[in-house]
Amino acid sequence: MSDASLVEPIVEYRGVSKFFSGIRALEKVDFACRPGTIHAILGENGAGKSTLMKIMAGVLKPDAGDVRVSGDAVQFPTPQSACDAGIVCMFQELSLVPDLSVADNICISDPPRRFGLIDRRQQVRRAEELLARVRCEDVDPNSLVRELSLSRRQMVEIAKALGRDPKVLILDEATSALTSRDVQTVYDLLAELKAQGVASLFISHRMHEVDALCDTLSVFRNGQHIETFAKGTKSERDIVRLMIGRDVETQFPEKPLVSSASDAGEAILEVSGLKWGRRLNGIDLTVRRGEIVGLGGLDGQGQKELLLALFGVLRDVDGSVRIGDRKGIPASPAAAKSAVTRMALVPEDRKTEGLMLGMSIADNLLSSSYAQISSGPFIDPTKARDAVAEGIAKLQIKVGAPDDAVMTLSGGNQQKVVIAKWLMIDPDIILLNDPTRGIDVGTKQEIYKLMRDLANEGKAILFYSSDYAELIGCCDRVSVLYGGRVVSEQVGDAITEESLVSASLNIDTEGA
Amino acid sequence: MRVFRLKRWVMQNVGFATALLLLFVLLITYNMMHPRGFSSAVAIQNSNEAVAIIFVAMAQTLPVLLGGLDLSVGAIMTLTNCIASEVVNGSPAQMLFGAVLTLLSGSAFGLLNGCIVVYGRIQPIIATLATGAVAIGLALAVRPKPGGNVDDDLSWALTNSVYDLADTYGFADGGDAWWIRPFADIPVPILIVAIVALVVWLPFKRSVTGRTVYAIGSAEGAAYMSGLPINRAKITAFTLGGFLAACGGLYLAIQTSSGNADIQQAGAYTLNSIAAVVLGGTSLLGGSGGAIGSLVGAMILRVISFFFRILDIDPLLQPLIEGFVLLTAVSVGAFRTLRVKNKLDLFR
Repeated sequence: MSDASLVEPIVEYRGVSKFFSGIRALEKVDFACRPGTIHAILGENGAGKSTLMKIMAGVLKPDAGDVRVSGDAVQFPTPQSACDAGIVCMFQELSLVPDLSVADNICISDPPRRFGLIDRRQQVRRAEELLARVRCEDVDPNSLVRELSLSRRQMVEIAKALGRDPKVLILDEATSALTSRDVQTVYDLLAELKAQGVASLFISHRMHEVDALCDTLSVFRNGQHIETFAKGTKSERDIVRLMIGRDVETQFPEKPLVSSASDAGEAILEVSGLKWGRRLNGIDLTVRRGEIVGLGGLDGQGQKELLLALFGVLRDVDGSVRIGDRKGIPASPAAAKSAVTRMALVPEDRKTEGLMLGMSIADNLLSSSYAQISSGPFIDPTKARDAVAEGIAKLQIKVGAPDDAVMTLSGGNQQKVVIAKWLMIDPDIILLNDPTRGIDVGTKQEIYKLMRDLANEGKAILFYSSDYAELIGCCDRVSVLYGGRVVSEQVGDAITEESLVSASLNIDTEGA
Repeated sequence: MRVFRLKRWVMQNVGFATALLLLFVLLITYNMMHPRGFSSAVAIQNSNEAVAIIFVAMAQTLPVLLGGLDLSVGAIMTLTNCIASEVVNGSPAQMLFGAVLTLLSGSAFGLLNGCIVVYGRIQPIIATLATGAVAIGLALAVRPKPGGNVDDDLSWALTNSVYDLADTYGFADGGDAWWIRPFADIPVPILIVAIVALVVWLPFKRSVTGRTVYAIGSAEGAAYMSGLPINRAKITAFTLGGFLAACGGLYLAIQTSSGNADIQQAGAYTLNSIAAVVLGGTSLLGGSGGAIGSLVGAMILRVISFFFRILDIDPLLQPLIEGFVLLTAVSVGAFRTLRVKNKLDLFR
């Protein structure tokens, strides 16, 4: 470490801040990374890791502060200019073009040319060389990317990044879908690059990978850079503590005193061995009436897929599910909401899946409950008006007039419209997919209270949140998912930030 | 190995392979049923009638690959048809100049489309609906009444066989030279289409710009993140579309020796071009397919209409049958959706 810190940093941030519509993503971040290191960036969901990387890669521009590359202040207008400066980024969402071939993708930004035209033979040869470097000789350079499995695509992505001769290589969750053999390949490759003086920035939620691979660790929390230290100077337990920090507690409604299983209501939703593709690998779960069950874990461990599967959105789901007295998964969202045991899903992205943004607040509120407000084939205007008024009053949605377009509302009020819309069908089971994402604290608290009230009315709530504080404050039980499985179930007072974070990373802090 | 490659090619180009097979079957059947089937005369007549729609369909392919639609291709063809009817005559040099001017004006119109789409940030379908009307307006200004003055020799030479071409202009011993014998019966229009496809389309497809067009249609975000020249590719695509539509207009003028600012005809060509693109295996979502497929698709549409002549079918039934055939053919592409695992993906 003492040697490394003498080396001039290749990338340096000075007082960099970034805001998204007033919400802080990064604040006054000072950060440096040096050539010949493998640098881990750690932090909870929303800590600002991705923003940090996107600024480096030219996707976002900082609102304040400057970024220096090899000592010179730079502003990258496009990803291409960052790439020209030797900063190559592999994003969590893949940046491959599915309809082009593997070779096309690997050489996409600077293909070999003959007489100005792309030389396909040369291109295939270059792709083969790079694929051989990542030990993926089994991938045919002429096959289309869409034909490959997710793990192969990630390896192609790595080959593509290598082909650009990086000085700084950013790996954002680049190993999330890899097999253990591939992971070893990537390890070897990174070690090789390190010896060549390349700086690698490594974002991973797997502590054991960070441990095996990285020499320097930086912890981020709430958009701030907390600390940078050499590997081995802190225990895993200390690192977890740094990641959580000491935040101001939000107010949560009081939980009922009875939280032992025997006192709770009847089990209304029973899931066992639920499987879907590679994302769900045998989920077991029970939700009772009057109970809020949280889904914990890091992003992308199958929580969203579980909710979608239960709501009848996914095809070819295996495993047994009992909803009320009925066995089996509903065939579609339409079936899920109109069954005897009604189910509602507040989706992940309210702008595309939750709302029809251009339509009025009233139309949005009614869009799930036409069965309840119609007489025969026609919508009953009186019932509709009453239902809209009731929905607005119940959630205290701040609206000018119900006929205004829903996009004129603030994020918090939009989310209230989504929730109110689903409450109109009087659901028995409510699935919530990160319902407080991107909304203000006041509305968050109203939603917490509403959830508790609904549970007290005897509804069953399954609640995914990427915010641990919410899970602790709201839930009677939390199931933590990792790799498409429930790895830990925590009840009542046993739900703590430490236990949740440890379970999310699938490590055992007690043993550390 | 070779079998494997062929199999993979078919798997990756199911739509195009199906279209090719369908065209082959239709052509063979048609010629077998035709009293003078498999003759040069039939081939010349059929190919003449197919050239304009082939070029317009190839023009439509580019915006479709980007994930959009161009409603002005038929109008650009009509406009350039009218321009050509005014300028393609006189001395050989003047005719050449007229032809180049026609192609340039079509390309310029395509360039305009591209700039409006890129810098005006307007969806292609509505931008080209407007510019298409502009093109028809210009065409009417150029040629208020049908008619025109295209060199007769040129018209004769380019709409017949290679032999006639050589005969008209007196090269290769008037078509009797030994080296031209093997090609003498090939219709010139087929040759023109093949040359444009080989000299314009294939190099474009293999350029970085062409590659970018596919990448944009497949995943625009990934294309941007990979640092590809997105605006340049979009503008080039529309410009090339204008050029190909102008090829259609120019040929139509040469073939008919006249120009006609026919609004109905322009609309019909635009709609048929979309049908041809889809038939040829290009996805309306963008990102996969190609102009060669559209060429085949356009020929399929034409051959179907040729059948009506020899089968003695009531002309009133023609649209009905054409509609059913088209519906059946495009349904093949819908099988993809049966494999989607997350139903939300269907809406993305």
